[in-house]
Amino acid sequence: MSVTDPAQTDLGFTDPDPQRGGRWTRVQAIVLPLASVLLAFSIGGILIWFQGVNPLVAYCVLFSSALGDADGLMRVMEKSTPLILTGLAVTVGLRTGLFNIGAQGQLLVGAIGAAWAGYNFQMPMVIHIPFAIAFGMLCGAAWASIAGVLRAYRSVSEVITTIMLNAVAIALVDYLASRPLKEPDQPLTRTPEIAESAALADFGIVPSGFVIALFVSLFFGWFLARTTQGFRFNTVGLNPSAANYAGIGVKKTIFLAMAVSGALAGMGGAVETLGITGRFEPSFNAGLGFDGITIALLARANPIATIPAALLVGTLRAGAASLQFQTGIEPEVVDVILALTLLFVAAPIVGRLLFRKRAAKQTTVSSGWGGA
Amino acid sequence: MRARYAYTLTLAIVAGIIVAFVMDENRTVSVLSFSLRYAVPLILAAMVGIVCERSGIINIGIEGQMLMSAFAGFFGAAITGNLILGTMIGVGTGMIMGAFLATGAVTWKMDQIIAGTIINIIATGLTSFFYSQGYVLPAITPTLRIPILADIPLVGPVFFDNGLFTYAALLTAVLLWVLLFKTIWGLRTRAVGEKPGSADTSGVNVQRTRFLNVTLAGGLAGLAGAYLSIEAASTFERGLTAGRGFTALAIMIFGAWNPIGALGAALFFGLANGVASQLQADEVIAIPQQFINMLPYILTIVLLAIVSGRVKPPAAVGKPYEKE
Repeated sequence: MSVTDPAQTDLGFTDPDPQRGGRWTRVQAIVLPLASVLLAFSIGGILIWFQGVNPLVAYCVLFSSALGDADGLMRVMEKSTPLILTGLAVTVGLRTGLFNIGAQGQLLVGAIGAAWAGYNFQMPMVIHIPFAIAFGMLCGAAWASIAGVLRAYRSVSEVITTIMLNAVAIALVDYLASRPLKEPDQPLTRTPEIAESAALADFGIVPSGFVIALFVSLFFGWFLARTTQGFRFNTVGLNPSAANYAGIGVKKTIFLAMAVSGALAGMGGAVETLGITGRFEPSFNAGLGFDGITIALLARANPIATIPAALLVGTLRAGAASLQFQTGIEPEVVDVILALTLLFVAAPIVGRLLFRKRAAKQTTVSSGWGGA
Repeated sequence: MRARYAYTLTLAIVAGIIVAFVMDENRTVSVLSFSLRYAVPLILAAMVGIVCERSGIINIGIEGQMLMSAFAGFFGAAITGNLILGTMIGVGTGMIMGAFLATGAVTWKMDQIIAGTIINIIATGLTSFFYSQGYVLPAITPTLRIPILADIPLVGPVFFDNGLFTYAALLTAVLLWVLLFKTIWGLRTRAVGEKPGSADTSGVNVQRTRFLNVTLAGGLAGLAGAYLSIEAASTFERGLTAGRGFTALAIMIFGAWNPIGALGAALFFGLANGVASQLQADEVIAIPQQFINMLPYILTIVLLAIVSGRVKPPAAVGKPYEKE
């Protein structure tokens, strides 16, 4: 068969018409993630309790340090910005039937690309910032396209290639930051600082990167629901052979969706570099890409729902440091809570407990290797 | 891959090794030993993938299963003061993780790739959270030198003077080939992975076969994890498995879902890395360390791109079985 095997992509994420499910499904779509989060926090509380700390006190510290004052709120928004974008990156993939586990690598490549575009040029701010962000997006898109081409034209599973590309990206940016793009006459492995004209400013306590991320997720909410290209993405995700029959270029669409996904992750890295870190360092938070998977699944691959999901994860990440500082609990407890949340969202555990039947829609990405 | 190419490649590699052996005996043996040690966890993990996919279940969570087992195995051995007990704890943990995947992918009919990804994320979180420094193993793992066989030049010191895990990995691959292709269990397993409907009609319990196989395969992932922390690294670090679980899936595909093919692919993979490390150490090729670190991952991608479309996965892989 000329297109990808129809059996391999069987999506549960590609419902273009949310009205169709009826009120009951919509109630479930909100209640299930909330209940999952609560259950994950309860189990996380047991872990905290085993460490000899009252979980209620720990959660108070976690949330009050993150949401209690202006500094905390700003940090939450800063942390959430790349998370919204990597969450969107995974979402666009899921809607097209692709599981992009490589948001992490694409983000790193985008971050170092934006750092280079930021320090290597001098130009007016109105050109420099868009240029640096666009360059970061381009790097991310190019990186994801390696997996995209292999998936579209050689039927190689993007799940394995994107994971492998993550590892390659980590080594590559470490090399770039320690050799060709290294800050001269400095012992540290890092790039020079970006020019002032490339730095993203803050509006009061609101980082401008956060505003950009909000607009991008609104844009993708519109794009996936209302445009022809978005319709192509959804159709290929729902049923590639039907898409092929309808005259949609399936391979081209898969390639394009992967590139868009990589561009979004690259944008996450670019915005983080230009708005927060100001340069690229290998210590750059590399876990952001994996949080993107949790966020996309928590938001059930809905671009708008990515915002609250990313804010929740961002709050936990922002509060984790204070948690360690004030109670001595390892900040990795946040990773455990997020992993449990993901489990309860994706597995039909909570649905069975709450509704005494299987959740209306199974969470499905793909079934099969695509001939590879 | 076409068998003819495989034979030609194997012959070329063997000839190359013999030439190298004649030129520099000690160095060749040390490179080959390094390569074999590198291949051990890949062999075991690829067998996990083969058992699961031959039964129709994609296991993308091998990485997480290995990581949890490496963690449990190391701390088990350090706390009990017994390497064998630690290894058993590792294998047990692997089976629990296998049962976890089986529950999600078989019983609940979840998307198998999501179920595996959850295992990976949970394993990373739990092992990071409970990780603590200051534990050491009670002893170093013993090596077993097989008399007579170990005296054969070249082959002897490489294959017959190793830790127990290495023998276990080589035996597992051969044994699994026999089990898959020469026993009733193998026939049923392959039937369940290729045509579960027909298997069901002829009286095989599809769900139970899949559940058991995925759980037992988890035990092999446990052995691979225990090897990494107890024998190879003699310690546990966060992220110890370093993507080997995913590389193993590529090796499984490269070996065309055949245990012997995967064994060969894993050895080839180990050899490529062994040679690259030696060239780097001898400063024959002056490339930065980071590029050496990339090699296994790039090699995986290239191999996948080459073989994809030429090998066929089990027909029913990835599809939950619905009784008609």
